[in-house]
Amino acid sequence: MPGKTSEIKGAVHKDLRHDSAHKHVAGDAVYIDDLAEPKDMLHLYVAMSEKAHATIEKIDLDAVRSVKGVVLVLTADDIPGHNDVSPFAGDDPLLSDGLVEYIGQPIFAVAADSVEAARAAAARADITYTELPALVSIDQAMEAGSAIEPMQTMGQGDPDSALAAAPNRLQGSFRIGGQDHFYLEGQIAFATPQEDGDVHVYSSTQHPSEVQHLVAHVLGRPTNAVTVEVRRMGGGFGGKETHPAIFAALSALAAVKTGRSVKLRLDRDDDMVMTGKRHDFRYDYDVGFDADGNILGIEIEMASRCGRSTDLSPAINDRAMFHADNCYFLGDSRIKSHRCKTHTVSNTAFRGFGGPQGMLGIEYVIDDMARALGKDPLDLRMANLYGKIGRDVTPYGMTVEDNVAGELMETLARDADYATRREEVTAFNASNRYVKKGLALTPVKFGISFTTTHLNQAGALVHVYADGSVHLNHGGTEMGQGLFVKVAQVVAEEFQIDVDHIKITATTTAKVPNTSATAASSGSDLNGMAALDAARKIKQRLIEFAAEKYGCPTDRITFRNNNVYIENREVAFADLVNQAYLNRISLSATGFYKTPKLHYDRASHKGRPFYYFCYGAAVSEVIIDTLTGENRVLRTDILHDAGRSLNPAIDIGQIEGGFIQGMGWLTTEELVFDDSGRLRTHAPSTYKIPTASDRPDEMNINLYARGRNVEATIHRSKAVGEPPLMLANSVFLALKDAVASVDEGTKAFTLNAPATPEEILRAVTVRQQKAAG
Amino acid sequence: MAANGTIRFLLDGKLCELESADPTETVLNYLRYRAARTGTKEGCAEGDCGACTVVLGELDGDSIRYRAVNACILFMPVLDGKELITVESLRAADGSLHAVQQAMVDTHGSQCGFCTPGIVMSLFALSKKDGAADRNTIEDALAGNLCRCTGYGPIIDAAEQMQMNVSATDPSELKEKVEALKALSRNQTLALTGKSTLTGVEKKYYAPVSIEGLAEIVEQHPDATILAGGTDVGLWVTKQHRELETVIYVGGVAELQKIEDHGDTVVVGAGVSYTDAMDTLGALYPDMGELIRRIGSVQIRNSGTIGGNIANGSPIGDSPPALIVAGASLILQGGDQERTIPLEDYFIDYDKQDLRPGEFVSKVIVPKPKNNQHFRAYKLSKRFDQDISAVCGCFSLTIEDGMVADVRICYGGMAATPKRAAQAERAINGKPWCEETVLAGMKAMEQDYTPLSDMRASADYRLASAKNLLMKVYAETTGSARTRVLERGSAVHAG
Repeated sequence: MPGKTSEIKGAVHKDLRHDSAHKHVAGDAVYIDDLAEPKDMLHLYVAMSEKAHATIEKIDLDAVRSVKGVVLVLTADDIPGHNDVSPFAGDDPLLSDGLVEYIGQPIFAVAADSVEAARAAAARADITYTELPALVSIDQAMEAGSAIEPMQTMGQGDPDSALAAAPNRLQGSFRIGGQDHFYLEGQIAFATPQEDGDVHVYSSTQHPSEVQHLVAHVLGRPTNAVTVEVRRMGGGFGGKETHPAIFAALSALAAVKTGRSVKLRLDRDDDMVMTGKRHDFRYDYDVGFDADGNILGIEIEMASRCGRSTDLSPAINDRAMFHADNCYFLGDSRIKSHRCKTHTVSNTAFRGFGGPQGMLGIEYVIDDMARALGKDPLDLRMANLYGKIGRDVTPYGMTVEDNVAGELMETLARDADYATRREEVTAFNASNRYVKKGLALTPVKFGISFTTTHLNQAGALVHVYADGSVHLNHGGTEMGQGLFVKVAQVVAEEFQIDVDHIKITATTTAKVPNTSATAASSGSDLNGMAALDAARKIKQRLIEFAAEKYGCPTDRITFRNNNVYIENREVAFADLVNQAYLNRISLSATGFYKTPKLHYDRASHKGRPFYYFCYGAAVSEVIIDTLTGENRVLRTDILHDAGRSLNPAIDIGQIEGGFIQGMGWLTTEELVFDDSGRLRTHAPSTYKIPTASDRPDEMNINLYARGRNVEATIHRSKAVGEPPLMLANSVFLALKDAVASVDEGTKAFTLNAPATPEEILRAVTVRQQKAAG
Repeated sequence: MAANGTIRFLLDGKLCELESADPTETVLNYLRYRAARTGTKEGCAEGDCGACTVVLGELDGDSIRYRAVNACILFMPVLDGKELITVESLRAADGSLHAVQQAMVDTHGSQCGFCTPGIVMSLFALSKKDGAADRNTIEDALAGNLCRCTGYGPIIDAAEQMQMNVSATDPSELKEKVEALKALSRNQTLALTGKSTLTGVEKKYYAPVSIEGLAEIVEQHPDATILAGGTDVGLWVTKQHRELETVIYVGGVAELQKIEDHGDTVVVGAGVSYTDAMDTLGALYPDMGELIRRIGSVQIRNSGTIGGNIANGSPIGDSPPALIVAGASLILQGGDQERTIPLEDYFIDYDKQDLRPGEFVSKVIVPKPKNNQHFRAYKLSKRFDQDISAVCGCFSLTIEDGMVADVRICYGGMAATPKRAAQAERAINGKPWCEETVLAGMKAMEQDYTPLSDMRASADYRLASAKNLLMKVYAETTGSARTRVLERGSAVHAG
């Protein structure tokens, strides 16, 4: 029998290149700004607030309208529907309604023949502001009691008593910086008016359904009047979840009003000023522990800068709380979370979604504890891991059932020679006065699922054409993460046909409705299952058809290697499909999936918000210059659990890319807002993401060979989008280790993130002074 | 020969002749919005991200020199006489991918794909260099290409793979191109006029081909913008949205592109690119070579010039402090008159230089190092590559019999101009070169500078690290302890 050992191209669990790779390298992959521009297309430019907090006393736009080439000026008064583009809270006006609450807030928009004309015209606006006191920093907001929602508390047991009774107690505080997404393709939308006042919008978005919904909301039309489409994004990282609605709605509004196509593309500076970022945090802790470094009780207090509106900040800060334990059993614990409202851009989703900040916090606490006890932080990390019954419940009441953190850490420590290198680092530091090395091994446990339960659903649409070729569509979006190729592999595997027969198509709200954002690392889990469901429906129809036609039981029909085996008969997949078509069998199906087992009560912060956890561990070795604070990562070893990976090559790419992005967050990427609330780092000249030479000189990345999801996820794989970012915590803790080495004492010291050369030199100086004193 | 007023360049082996439209239109905008070549992307419009990277071919005798540049800050007329290669140019006639492109596919070097065309072009330019590139060279070739997805590992792998698979240029094809480029060379000034589509302002562009021609045009247009690499001037257009009415491009003036060895000195023409200056100056002063490497990415170094770095008078240009401590002087030319001044005297105050109307920066005279002279340059920035200095500290120190016989210290980023540390020098000069002297010098430096706080660094950090750099010089000149986390420049040459 043929094909027994051969395999289809693009089976699951096999390396397969990104479906667009050959187009990326040739410049053939089309992004929205690459689409041919209709002759009469207009360009839209958004005029932004110059004040962090002010009322607009007077606004005169006559001079703007009089500029040659200007066709339309849009203000809040021109919005026929609702002046709101918020994901749920109703507090994100599309255009200012007379109050401005951050520098960069859209006030009006100009449509003109060219973007240059629109920009020049916008500069001619005459706006009189009456300034109001602006709260820029977390500290200012905390002092003023300014918040986007009440403080949230999570925890279990009696932390006050536990702390009081603990033999050792330590308090500390540090700060964690924000991060700009710096997707290479800036925000863009391209709207074309349709019949009946409808509109089609190309939007660079991770969340087409929400963009569709909000465009309709702004236009005052039902959702079915709007179609949103996206083939690919030039990066997203969370930055294209809620914010694209602003640009889609403005371009759609202008298109509907002028009857012309309208493009709105932000340049880099406007993009960075106008759109939200990762939340920066202030982190305070009070921990009690025994002589071996076992945590006995802890109180954690986090405060984050949410910016001017709610956006997704409640869920982001919830996720920071969910990850305040990382891999550790905290025992009697209380986690407090303040969500500060400030007069800065509204912060938003960014890969990890609050998880990285919460997780870095507890790693920092354990590092401080280890230094207080004079022990290696790795020993304390191992000692505090979640364990068996009695040590397996999180502060939000979920039992950790799939814990592989300890095994990953032990394996990594062995394979990366942690113990030997610890000695080498100590020896190096003893013999070097000016440069010092540091070493740290940190684990990651990251919860998978949207913590807003209803979002954990997905749809897909699969057509099999009469020639056997397949059209695949689902609600997930492609931003480079390789979602499309993974879902195509799932369908190829199910039909047992080469992946080349499957056409990957643009995400559009016209094909799959009511989708969730491609976010929370959930893309493959949700859309893979939805596509599998659709493929299975069609496959089942084909089986039933074949059983009837060939008179054999359905359980004797198998699909393998581009063929269908019906007892002893071999029929090419395409031939069976054609026969089915001629016999009037439906060859199109929708698929649907909802994640099981989830329940969560936000009022008490108890339940099971996650279907499962992702695990990983990393060990990083760094070197710092104690005279200048300059630093480099010399080596990083990673062991990551991607379950039974759908596509190991793609997953390795996510791990490495996520790690480097996390490293940037914790080292070179510094967002600077001045006292007036103006962002001073709004272009790559001032905001420094890692470049090629920042990659560790040596990097070893391995997937956990025994990885297999205990839950019935798509082919037992695990999500991989966000968790690897937090592997970079190892870099920050290694830098802290290097700073600590300038003195042999055990006193705690502060190192804030990002650990820029300036911050490292500051910490080194403090540490040296402590040593001297 | 085509009339003046037409920009002529090769694209995909064919001659393109463009009537001048707007002389400050960027190559990127031309490609994307007028030539329907959208493979080249805009990521930042300031020459920092490299998504717009294209390769320029320029005549180099009977050969062609290929270099990666940023199309986003390159003005169209600068293409005149050159070959332009974009990502669309690489594929073979049968549609098969170039070895560089195939390597990127094979190593999973693209994720979202938006930076990819620029990375392909940087690697293509690297592939045109002789010899295999080591890891440092590869990373340096990629320093001007930001990728937010991959973490760079697969791209570095692609660079290594491609080196094995790139085929040599067909000699007959090369000869044909050389002839085509020779046919485009000019012996008289290219003069273009155009109109701003926005304001209707009349714009003029001159590209003289001789220093006399340049001097004449600068005298006629004393208010003109002098354009060399455009790595600063380009941003006036793309970031500040300024209309430049008259632009004089010096890149066609052969005399300004020369590096001449005069025995005790090296004379560097103001139009010499960082790329071309780096090896020569780096051979004299290893740290100056490394400092120039870190001025900017390969793309920036291929375009930007030493003359431009001086002429624009920036307090954070990296080459002036280094050249000042090396004792460099500057030749300024106005009409047929030349004058020579110490480089440090050129910088009068913020935005104010010793440059008279009608004058231009012509050459830099760099003395060669002497015996017992220690030269050190340090650049402190948040990121090593393609970043602007928070502090740039440069030192020249001559030690004779344990005594400081001569000392010159100059910093960038510490004052409104590149500024010597007069008090610190005084505290050190003539003293024994010992830790006590160094500490006294560090203390005295507090009198030299009152730096600013900005987004790059606080005043406290600037002063503290500036002082510490003196300690670093001491450590490097008196012992063998490791002093640098990035072992390049003098740190390598010392060992």
